[in-house]
Amino acid sequence: MSLTYHLQVVNLLAALLLLISFAMLSQRRIIGLVTLFAWQGAALALSTAIVAWSTGQHHLYYSAGLTLILKVIAMPWFFYRLVKKLDVDREVEPMINIPTTMLIGIVLVIFAFNLALPISQMSGTVTRSTLGIAMACVLLAFLMMITRRKAITQVIGFLAMENGLFFAATSASYGMPLVVEMGVALDVLVGVFVLGIFFFQIRETFDSLDLKHMEKLKEH
Amino acid sequence: MEIYWVLGIPLAGGIFLALWGCRKHAPEINALFSLLTLVAAAVLTARIVAEGPMMVGGEGWFFIDSFNVFLVTLTAFVAFTTALFSRPYMRIEQEHGRLNAHRLRLYHSSYQIFIAAMLLALTTNNMGILWVSMEAATLATVLLVSLYRTPASLEAAWKYFILCGVGIAQALFGTILLYFAAEKVLGSGGTALLWTHLNGVKAQLEPTVLQLAFVFLLVGYGTKVGLAPLHNWLPDAHAEGPTPVSAVLSGLLLNVALYAVMRSKVLVDGALGNDMAGNLMMGFGLLSVVLAAFLIKRQTDVKRMFAYSSIEHMGLITFAFGMGGPVANFAALLHMTMHSLTKSAIFFAVGHATQKAGTQLMDGIRGLIKTNPTIGWGLMLGTIAILGVPPFGVFASEFLIITTAMHEHPWATPFLLLALGVAFASIFGKVQPMVFGETELPRLSHQPALAPVFIHLGLVLMLGLFIPPYLAGWYKQAAQLLGG
Repeated sequence: MSLTYHLQVVNLLAALLLLISFAMLSQRRIIGLVTLFAWQGAALALSTAIVAWSTGQHHLYYSAGLTLILKVIAMPWFFYRLVKKLDVDREVEPMINIPTTMLIGIVLVIFAFNLALPISQMSGTVTRSTLGIAMACVLLAFLMMITRRKAITQVIGFLAMENGLFFAATSASYGMPLVVEMGVALDVLVGVFVLGIFFFQIRETFDSLDLKHMEKLKEH
Repeated sequence: MEIYWVLGIPLAGGIFLALWGCRKHAPEINALFSLLTLVAAAVLTARIVAEGPMMVGGEGWFFIDSFNVFLVTLTAFVAFTTALFSRPYMRIEQEHGRLNAHRLRLYHSSYQIFIAAMLLALTTNNMGILWVSMEAATLATVLLVSLYRTPASLEAAWKYFILCGVGIAQALFGTILLYFAAEKVLGSGGTALLWTHLNGVKAQLEPTVLQLAFVFLLVGYGTKVGLAPLHNWLPDAHAEGPTPVSAVLSGLLLNVALYAVMRSKVLVDGALGNDMAGNLMMGFGLLSVVLAAFLIKRQTDVKRMFAYSSIEHMGLITFAFGMGGPVANFAALLHMTMHSLTKSAIFFAVGHATQKAGTQLMDGIRGLIKTNPTIGWGLMLGTIAILGVPPFGVFASEFLIITTAMHEHPWATPFLLLALGVAFASIFGKVQPMVFGETELPRLSHQPALAPVFIHLGLVLMLGLFIPPYLAGWYKQAAQLLGG
């Protein structure tokens, strides 16, 4: 009985994740995007913890903890500081207007659910129905990366994609082996650190973080 | 035990060089660590040759067989010669004011970390750790590509980071799917992603899941191999980064990414029992060969041109692995070796040529044979070797690949021959005036470091004329392992 109750909470959180993904697509300000990213991380950490609790998969607690520390606290804090320091929080105009992006997003969600259907039928986990949502989150984050020009928004899109992948791993097979998850977390951490340095280099050279300055190298 | 030395030395080197900082002799220390890595790799190889495949550590965290041990040696060897080359090269770049001491510190430290990440990717038994170390190898080189801090190099590094990041995220999803299939057979926990365990039960893995997993893994790691149409980052990163970085990216990283694809292919072949994986690889490979050959024609920048040539050769190797079977696999492994050695040698020679001319544009580089005969000969011989002229080793491997293709997939042969012909004509036509043309440029004032170029080309020549029996046996064993 209690398992179905937990399951409902996880499903609710999964729906929340998808909603946040759409909200990120429609968000124009970078600070707002960072806040949404933090909330997405929080939803992910909470759902991972609930899955861990209800199924007794203890290694998922570590995974939830890592998500909480990295994606809810450390990275948003880092991005806030970066945005303030670099003073880039102005309205950004995406390459495709927002309503069109939303429509494309809906198509992607339908596609993701169809793609996930055969796999989730095979899965033995209690959370398998959320696999479609996880894949939709991945695709929506991908869409955000394509339609945004600012360097920071692309990176947040990339990290949101990683969130979706983690959610996919949790819902399909109760997460990856711990050593792998730790490795992935380490990579993400180092990646964000490298990017921090990198943003300053871009800013120093181009005096802006807008990627439209970086379209010189075309395929000849 | 040796395996810990192989991984530990470059890692320690990376940390040590970061702490050593801008003090004197950092380039020499860099070369010394690379030499020690090479020695450790050689000892490891000797052990594998004597005792056969082995698993090391805990539940078998590392697995070394004849397939990866040859790549370990190749990686350690090219890493060492590149460190030798970079010592005088980077000093001259510093004198030209393109670099300062702080960036050189970053360069040395990242270089060692990059080598460590590649060696970990090659030796780990865990498909998850394989992913982690591939990503680590990307991260270690992002700041190297942007080392000169020019607008173009920053753009190239950004493109490299984002495109490879997205690509590698696909590979992560592929790995998740693989784990999902494995967990049903092997149970959850750390051992379910170990390649040796998976290989043992590959016939029981769920075919539909593995099929999907392989598509994601191929697209993901294929981005790093530089397979068309996912190759966009490669020419930029090669052209804008410092030349030693171009040499190791082209000669080593692409191989390691292809290694990851091949490890996945062995599992998927076992689970599916059909040629799906091979056909996909043949398709991507052939597309890369043809597309790159025609893009070579339009290049004006010498490093970009040879970067496209790398895409072409990686496509050819992918195609050969896709055909499968002992002969094609043998040829692909041989071609991997030849391409690594030759392409890094070319980049060394090109590095000095561009340093002398002060430009990477081919129109600005003329008459090397008159002003600097050794650079000129190095570039000319390297070009001839990479274009597959006998008696160099590239000829042997390309010949094997094409004859196998004629036998098994005759439809592909005209495309391959056409692409190789176009590439030959364009590269030779562009390099010839660079080496033999007229020039008023003065002679290069400093002594170029060209020993690595001739060592590499000597090896390629030797392997073209005669492959020692133990080496041939080794390749055959690896080819057998890959099946197909």
